[in-house]
Amino acid sequence: MIEVTSLTKRYGRHTAVDGVSFSVQKGEILGFLGPNGAGKTTTMRILTCYLPPTEGSAKVAGFDVFEDPIEVKRRVGYIPETPPLYPDMDVATFLDFCAKIKGLPAASRKAKIDEAVQKTRVEDVRHKLIGRLSKGYRQRVGLAQAILSNPDVLILDEPTAGLDPKQIIETRELIKALGGEHTIVLSTHILPEVSMTCSRVVIINKGRVVAEGTPDELMQRLKGAAALRIEVRGTTGPVFDLLRGVPGVVAIRPKEDAAGVVGFEVEAEGGHDIRAELARAVVQKGFDLVGLHQTGMNLEEIFLRLTTTDSALESKEVAQ
Amino acid sequence: MTALRNVAAIVEKEWRHYFGSPIAYVALTMWCLLFGFFYWVIFEQFLRYSMQSAQRMEMGGGFKLSLNDLVISQVLHNMAVVALFILPMLTMRLYAEEKRQGTIELLATAPLTDWQIVIGKFLGALALYVAMLAAGFLNFVLLWRYASVRPEWKPVLTGGLALLLVGGAFIALGLFLSTLTRNQIIAGILGFGLGLIFWILGWLDQPTADSFTKVLAYLGITNHMDDLIKGIVDLKDVVFYLSFIAFGLFLAHQSVESQRWRA
Repeated sequence: MIEVTSLTKRYGRHTAVDGVSFSVQKGEILGFLGPNGAGKTTTMRILTCYLPPTEGSAKVAGFDVFEDPIEVKRRVGYIPETPPLYPDMDVATFLDFCAKIKGLPAASRKAKIDEAVQKTRVEDVRHKLIGRLSKGYRQRVGLAQAILSNPDVLILDEPTAGLDPKQIIETRELIKALGGEHTIVLSTHILPEVSMTCSRVVIINKGRVVAEGTPDELMQRLKGAAALRIEVRGTTGPVFDLLRGVPGVVAIRPKEDAAGVVGFEVEAEGGHDIRAELARAVVQKGFDLVGLHQTGMNLEEIFLRLTTTDSALESKEVAQ
Repeated sequence: MTALRNVAAIVEKEWRHYFGSPIAYVALTMWCLLFGFFYWVIFEQFLRYSMQSAQRMEMGGGFKLSLNDLVISQVLHNMAVVALFILPMLTMRLYAEEKRQGTIELLATAPLTDWQIVIGKFLGALALYVAMLAAGFLNFVLLWRYASVRPEWKPVLTGGLALLLVGGAFIALGLFLSTLTRNQIIAGILGFGLGLIFWILGWLDQPTADSFTKVLAYLGITNHMDDLIKGIVDLKDVVFYLSFIAFGLFLAHQSVESQRWRA
């Protein structure tokens, strides 16, 4: 559905997107992950024909964004990071305007608007001025606008930014429900969002793709570095020394220290399971063992590994 | 067909924006107030002249005074100045506001061409101005109703055309300037300042001027209005305004397109 081939975008001397390639199959939800300023928004803007690429090409539904922008725009629904809304219009008027500029025929306009309003649950604010709506409603009106013409492709730039937890969950559910019917590309820098909603992830940093795969695949890839989580009642210093003494331990990272309980992440040599050894050592020294379990590396860590430069990561570990 | 529908959607949106906010009402009110005020002051003056003239006529001198020359055309010249003040304030938001609000991204990613947006915005602002003109011209209806010697209607119509063309030129200029910035105030000041410069260029039109000055004077935006207001339709003048408008829209289009490349 979407074919991006060595896409590059330069602003003057600054390269925002540097030879990015990826593709999205029909019905897939692709998570576009990266720290702020990684080039997510720029890539999305190229896909929606808002910006022309400097080099490379992008095709949506077989149409090139540069050669046939109108055809691409007809097939793409898009919400930028801040949903583009006219504060002095009410929701119904705004959606009607959007339906018109998207070229929906007059006969089906009303039905399409009703459908979008229903899907995004904005019925109760239908006749309110957009300027008076809460952030959550605005985001949903933005989404209603994007799905109005029932486009093949939805491009959502940080659809949950600035929402409260309840709204975030609702929005994610909505996006999941829209997947399958639509091909979705969503960007975020919030990691759980990706593992919850996306079927595939592209991690991008400094304009380059650094990893690509399903959330599971990405976790699998870094499984070698699997770790143990241990929580012990005590103070950081002595417990740290104790754990260091256990044979097979190669790295220890203190995690948190709350209400007399300290947590550590322990990496074992070759990924061996040393839970028994750890438990025995802790109990023998008279500490209370509060928790001990295996952790796969979560996306957050994978992400940090991939997007933090090696030197920064090392210095962090040395400091610990 | 689609193109027309798209342009109509933009026109409707701009129109809604003007009338959905106080902008249109304030602009219409001030315009009508000034129109009526000029009309009243100039008409009072006309009454004094015609009284004096009537006395002289009794003594064998004097001449018939024309409502067209002494009232209508005076009012129209003054209203062109008012248009110079008001129109930049109506056009300054056209692109600047969309850019600041981020809604330009909605328009730019909808299946519309830049030309459709530019023309839609121009016509939207022009439509409001036409409403202002229509409301103002109602003043002259009184002359047909009550004046013993009715004015000629032809110069009134061509005068209306003159104001429409001058206003269209200001709107096209303002629209272009609005594409240059996301700050409405800047667009407004530029629109007013440049409009005034085009106005003053007309003053250079002296019989003794050299050919370079004559060319500059030709660009004077109100000189081409004088004949039309007198009722003389010279194609040259109409073409001047139409090309001014076309050039303004062309610049606006180029500016929107080039910003996409530089952005």
